[in-house]
Amino acid sequence: MLKKVLIANRGEIACRVIRACRKLGIASVAVYSDADASAPHVGMADESVHIGPSRSAQSYLDTGKILDAARATGADAVHPGYGFLSENAAFAAAVQAQGLTWVGPAPDSIRDMGDKQNARELAIKAGVPVVPGSPRLETEDPAELLAQAERIGFPLLVKAAAGGGGIGMRQVFEPAQLVAAVQGTQSQAKSAFGCGDVFLEKYIPKARHVEVQVFGFGGKAVHMYERDCSLQRRFQKIIEEAPAPGIAADVRRRMQECAIALAESVGYHGAGTVEFIVDVESGDFYFLEMNTRIQVEHPVTEMITGLDLVAMQLQYAGGDLQGMGQEAISQRGHAIECRLYAENPEKHFMPSPGVLAQFDFSGVDAAKVRVETGYAQGGEITPFYDPMIAKIIVHGADRQAAVDEMIQALKSVKVEGPKTNLNFLIACLDHPAFRAQDVSTGFVGAHRDALVAASAPAAQAG
Amino acid sequence: MAIIDIKTEITGNVWKVLHQVGDKVSEDEPIMILESMKMEIPVVAVEDGVVREILVKEEDTVTEGTVVARIEA
Repeated sequence: MLKKVLIANRGEIACRVIRACRKLGIASVAVYSDADASAPHVGMADESVHIGPSRSAQSYLDTGKILDAARATGADAVHPGYGFLSENAAFAAAVQAQGLTWVGPAPDSIRDMGDKQNARELAIKAGVPVVPGSPRLETEDPAELLAQAERIGFPLLVKAAAGGGGIGMRQVFEPAQLVAAVQGTQSQAKSAFGCGDVFLEKYIPKARHVEVQVFGFGGKAVHMYERDCSLQRRFQKIIEEAPAPGIAADVRRRMQECAIALAESVGYHGAGTVEFIVDVESGDFYFLEMNTRIQVEHPVTEMITGLDLVAMQLQYAGGDLQGMGQEAISQRGHAIECRLYAENPEKHFMPSPGVLAQFDFSGVDAAKVRVETGYAQGGEITPFYDPMIAKIIVHGADRQAAVDEMIQALKSVKVEGPKTNLNFLIACLDHPAFRAQDVSTGFVGAHRDALVAASAPAAQAG
Repeated sequence: MAIIDIKTEITGNVWKVLHQVGDKVSEDEPIMILESMKMEIPVVAVEDGVVREILVKEEDTVTEGTVVARIEA
């Protein structure tokens, strides 16, 4: 069993891990930067260590300071939470090299899955479908381009092989557009990266983001069902739910099998998440990436399965949990999580730091609603860290009950100071398309004006 | 010729200052980039002009509405 765990994180996930430690009788050590000196996670832990200035690079990302803090407090394990150093293979290895337990997968698994191309190859090897695409193309020969395109199918994307973003990316809906699009991307890629190589990839016009929670025990892995995380803005999730609505049972089952196959193929240890993109039109799904850590949205899974994933991480790392059969895991009802962000939906979700003049969840029915936060009333949201200030999680007998429960819960939250997306979240949940399970990664973009109008202060006044 | 105040739209930290006094800038061109809550947000010239003053330096914290530069347009 672990005796003392240092939590190399801040905010709600630090509080969450400290709570799990307490439940298991494990002592906890918090670390904090200047900006977080009076943050709740510091007061909650049994001990705390100041690790430097507010900037993450000089505190939460400074591996030397965190290892020093572990040594100074006699911690025997490090839990990284999510973000920061959680997917830093070198840090995980450094923790282990100090004789400490790393609460997470083996450093090799982090490294293997952290490299997108490598992860894609591992998925193919494990028999997991990946987004159809071509190899790097240097050719401009129309016949050869067309042959590659026909193999993938239309619509498709032409992407630059160099660079990581969307520079030069073009959509192609029919064969006649192909050659011009390839030439356009080639010339843009050449001027931007000095390399004109391109590749083709299947374009999925209407996509869902669905991920499967897994837990690996070395050779054997189990799944804890899936989560739908399609509702996003700026590629960041805002609402997650489980089970994924409107996905056929056999698709769901095949995704679970694929997630287990991938985890088992790399001998995965502990909690992980296999992310898929689902083509809404065809029902086909493709591997995106594997996150080798606890996820922000893990409570959704906990609410439908009754499991405590963070406690399981700690128990497995400490040798108190050896394995688990799939038959021991079942799901019940429907759960939803909303992420409360300090941001302004009316100004393109721009960050809105500030002092929380009011931050009051006392109107929320604590028996039914779970609130995870790393802030308290009077606390300051600084520009140094991510804008998430709370997660609100509900469980209902079915999706409709959960949606209604969540709207009621959000309406009783009182937050003043920074601008937040509170009313925007309510508008999303109450939108006819969301209620009709018509969710996709394009939801916020497609309904933005209506959602922003519905969440404006005037609309909420009544 | 008029002097125009360039203000920030958000509270954040100055990450990179891209122009110096005397530089020519065109409308919508970033003069500096702020960093707030893991987002990089450019502060742009509202008109074509010449940078006359840069009032902040990298790593400074600025609040919403702060005048961070002046350009002559």
